[in-house]
Amino acid sequence: MLKSFTNLVVCEHCDATYTRVALAPGEVARCGQCDAVLYRASLLDVDRWLALTVAAAVAFVIANVSPVVKISLQGLHSQATLWQSAAALAHGPAAPIAVPTALAIIVVPFMQVSLLLWVLGHARRGGRRAPGFRLAMRMLAGLRPWSMVEVALLGILVSVIKLSSMVEVAPGAGIWATAALMILITIVASRDIHWLWEFTDRGRPRGEGRS
Amino acid sequence: MSRPAAPDAHGSVAHQREEAPMSRPARALDLGLVSCHACGLVCEDVLERQGRVPCPRCGAALHRRKPDSLARTWALLIAALILYIPANVLPVMYTSLLGSGSDSTILSGVVAFWSTGSYGIALVIFIASVAVPCGKFLSLGLLLASTRRGSSWARRERSKLYRMVEVVGYWSMLDVLVVAVVAALIRFHGLADIEPRVGILYFGVVVILTMLSAMSFDPRLIWDGKDE
Repeated sequence: MLKSFTNLVVCEHCDATYTRVALAPGEVARCGQCDAVLYRASLLDVDRWLALTVAAAVAFVIANVSPVVKISLQGLHSQATLWQSAAALAHGPAAPIAVPTALAIIVVPFMQVSLLLWVLGHARRGGRRAPGFRLAMRMLAGLRPWSMVEVALLGILVSVIKLSSMVEVAPGAGIWATAALMILITIVASRDIHWLWEFTDRGRPRGEGRS
Repeated sequence: MSRPAAPDAHGSVAHQREEAPMSRPARALDLGLVSCHACGLVCEDVLERQGRVPCPRCGAALHRRKPDSLARTWALLIAALILYIPANVLPVMYTSLLGSGSDSTILSGVVAFWSTGSYGIALVIFIASVAVPCGKFLSLGLLLASTRRGSSWARRERSKLYRMVEVVGYWSMLDVLVVAVVAALIRFHGLADIEPRVGILYFGVVVILTMLSAMSFDPRLIWDGKDE
């Protein structure tokens, strides 16, 4: 078995090696050499984290079911959901771009929320590791850069302004849900997920290894 | 909420700094350690003896550095740079109003906002679709060139530049999403229609390629050269 050192941390930006120290909740340890964040102590315990993830799941459903923008032009009405927006790209010569767009604003956030629900739901029962925990954690790390809810929100706002000179524009319920999802997903799927490894490490008392 | 902790606010970090104030902290490479890129676990480095070693905790393959970092980063960056030309030249959107239609490119969209007095929104689109991609090309080019030479110039600042490229990069997808939302809304057949055009495909691919390029770059290479 390969030897590993949970008391050490290596800066992923410059390879400097440090001994881990316990941090107070909310504190951040930075690399003395390149100033990158080494790790931070989460403000959330597993129960709160799970609660916020459930809230993110609710926001996700509302954001995807209800229209984000409604417009009217001379008595004609039209509205669009996130999915319809991605699908609108699928017509004409630019069709292939609809796939990454749908992934970035719908599929990836959905997977992040689902994986977190799965992992946290098990972890809160005595620090247990869910079936497929290793794969889920690797996927969560890999998915993070491709989640673009905040870009979607800015895109919706720019579109509203762009169209407001041409048609009557009204925000739909989806826009508020997207804004809520943006905030919640930033909190729950941030880079602090590493400590779940230590939290769910068997043989350790609960709550330790948060540093 | 999170307050940044200065390195000297913490025992061990301060300890290492005090021991050797003029030299750099110990590197994992020199200590015979390797950290997992997926879960961050620090492991003993046995890559010499065994070719492929999975992380004992999460199962991802361990690497000292990202494989072929510089070559991959260059390749993806050059591909992005080439596609950036059709992305700007070709129309991204087709607007038809009461039978008369017109194509618009990314820059003509910015100009249209600017000329109607919407300076703020013109600036947002300009930053997301022109300033950010161009800044990324320049930054990654600079990082690649200086890293290949093993330069010790401004290492800390170059590390920060890399982190900025990582954080800012995906905002360029803004234009793709604007076209998507607008095209989904304006479909009053005959009266007013907006359709995506091929330029937006090139533009989206440019954004994805620059993101992949930034991900292939290993910022640890900045620190691998000798000290002056």
